Amino acid sequence: MGRKLFRFKTIHHSLITTHQKNMYRHTILGKVYSFGSLRELLAKASPHRTGDVLAGVNATSYEERVAAQITLSDVPLTDFLNEAVIPYETDEVTRLIIDSHDKEAFKLISHLTVGGLRDWLLLEETNAAILKSIEDALTPEMVAAVSKIMRNQDLIAVAKKCEVITRFRNTIGLKGHFATRLQPNHPTDDPRGIAASLLEGLLYGSGDACIGINPATDSPAAVLKIVMLIDQLREQFDIPTQSCVLSHITTTLELVIKGAPIDLCFQSIAGTEKANASFGINLSLVQEAYEATLSLKRGTIGQNVMYFETGQGSCLSANAHFGLDQQTCEARAYAVAKRFKPLLVNSVVGFIGPEYLYDGKQITRAALEDHFCGKLLGLPMGMDICYTNHAEADQDDMDNLLTLLGVAGCNFIMGVPGSDDIMLNYQSTSFHDALYLRKVLGYKPAPEFEQWLLRQGILDDDGNILKGASERLLNKTGQLWLS
Amino acid sequence: MAKLIKHQPHPDEPLNFLKEFTQARIALGSAGSSIPTKPALEFKLAHAHARDAVYSVMEVETLADALEQFHLPVLHLYSQAASREQYLQRPDLGRLLDETSVNRLADQIANDGIVLILADGLSATAINQNAVELLQLLIPKLRAAKLKLAPLCLVEQGRVAIADGIAAELGASLSVILIGERPGLSSADSMGAYLTYMPKPGLTDDSRNCISNIRPEGLPVAQAADKLFYLIQESLSRRLSGVALKDNEGLLPDK
Repeated sequence: MGRKLFRFKTIHHSLITTHQKNMYRHTILGKVYSFGSLRELLAKASPHRTGDVLAGVNATSYEERVAAQITLSDVPLTDFLNEAVIPYETDEVTRLIIDSHDKEAFKLISHLTVGGLRDWLLLEETNAAILKSIEDALTPEMVAAVSKIMRNQDLIAVAKKCEVITRFRNTIGLKGHFATRLQPNHPTDDPRGIAASLLEGLLYGSGDACIGINPATDSPAAVLKIVMLIDQLREQFDIPTQSCVLSHITTTLELVIKGAPIDLCFQSIAGTEKANASFGINLSLVQEAYEATLSLKRGTIGQNVMYFETGQGSCLSANAHFGLDQQTCEARAYAVAKRFKPLLVNSVVGFIGPEYLYDGKQITRAALEDHFCGKLLGLPMGMDICYTNHAEADQDDMDNLLTLLGVAGCNFIMGVPGSDDIMLNYQSTSFHDALYLRKVLGYKPAPEFEQWLLRQGILDDDGNILKGASERLLNKTGQLWLS
Repeated sequence: MAKLIKHQPHPDEPLNFLKEFTQARIALGSAGSSIPTKPALEFKLAHAHARDAVYSVMEVETLADALEQFHLPVLHLYSQAASREQYLQRPDLGRLLDETSVNRLADQIANDGIVLILADGLSATAINQNAVELLQLLIPKLRAAKLKLAPLCLVEQGRVAIADGIAAELGASLSVILIGERPGLSSADSMGAYLTYMPKPGLTDDSRNCISNIRPEGLPVAQAADKLFYLIQESLSRRLSGVALKDNEGLLPDK
């Protein structure tokens, strides 16, 4: 796809466009709704959320929102290839999206409108293999657009058909399986504090997606200490999982170059070049870190070495959204993630606060959108099902969302002791929550990790937690607890 | 192994002894796969405290009475956020003074001193419980150092950056805003202090220095007052605040 296409918008849909270029219109009961660009149309078609109001890009009445959705449903998918929501010339994420678009695969769906795409996705015949074949034919903007005219059950039904499998030391994303990132954070990175939560998590069968720690201090020396701690425990117990310390990518890169035992390379990413710049990254820096981490060849059964986190609202909070709605910005971040073949992509949905996602309803909707969009683009989507204390949400909302995402086939969630992350000061899912989901939906951990849990006597054949394992494991870690 | 032997594991919850190493909610036990009743309700109570703190209201009269001891004018101000609901959804409005407040400030005689501001932020409880005590320690130090003080300001529905507008209206050379922080599950009363040199509207957080987690179980008020006083002196003598000030002093917290 060349950049020339961006200068001339040549395709018009007879029902919705007028003689004016870049104008989308719909009339309801004599009232004409006009939308000056795809960007404006996408924003006004977005289900209500506070972040879009804060940005001033939202529809201002219920009727206008539905008018935008009806208009959007008639937009041909080809329009998205002809009109960039952020200019190709000024944004490397746009360039990545357009340059990696698969025109050949797109032929299967090139005749569809956004509304036609929704109906087609829901067809019985549109199975996992067909969905896989169009991963590179869809752009983030197309996927964001179709999600805006889908109900929650549509988002669940289509995502459930997708299967995205990734590997490092175990296999994540298989149908009927469901993984957790064990997140044993500690406010001062105290090694024994971390180890205490880590051991407890393992004894609840948590940690197959990874053992991942948010460091309180992002210095190479502090991060290395935590890396060594997890690596030592993982080696000692021969756990088929991977470790990750969620430091800035430049810190991780420095450690990789020094030969530290880095399994996964982490970074927060967003959907515009400017927002990524506010995170201190660009595509070539991520590429460098990706290649460096790959070169360590630490994966035993696969080479997916990246772990990315995203979340609606990050572009706006960096004042780098360019009039786009927060959900479309989020979907664009998935194009960044996809380029580096990640093991895990995690939307930290409720962390950002009520000025972006106000309550349980908005958090739930955003999470289902993110999971759907990521899966459709071929990403191993997991979700940090979470909220802060100033959001209108509580454990009941998280239980609902957990169950919905479980049904939708979400690859992984977080495992935090008692849901209370004492370092990041927010509430996520607990070790117990993951057990609940496995039980009510009949899911199993990643197969290699499940075998390990059985060998250790942590799980029985029915997936129940056994009590006896803790003392055996504790006795083997004796020296850890001495000061 | 000494420690292990000393802490005989309880047969029902062998991980109990690990609680010594972290405040995390570990060794909760389980009922089936779920969290047992007692810890489940303890969690609910902690969340209730945090929620109540978000919706708590600044005790303006009590605070104003207590502030009389400093013999400074006390101004009661409001942001443009009309309600707590709007405050939570529109942080931009919480950073702006409403018209009445702007007029009230305009009536004051310009003062190039230090303006001390108390704002509810996300926990008025934190201000109600910690602010006066901190000022009782801080203000005498400032006076002993012969530093000029602007009127004290109480702000409802305020965010950190509202200090910029207040200071600009008063002509103050430095602002310190004490503000309720986002409540954690076990820290509903946590107060933050943000210092800005030559504050004016449009500044961002990298122009400020922050002391966080001020509360009896966190950073005690006495230590916070010492750090603030130190910061104020450094800021005035070096004529800056924010990242540049932070980098040069090991006394200051990381965040």
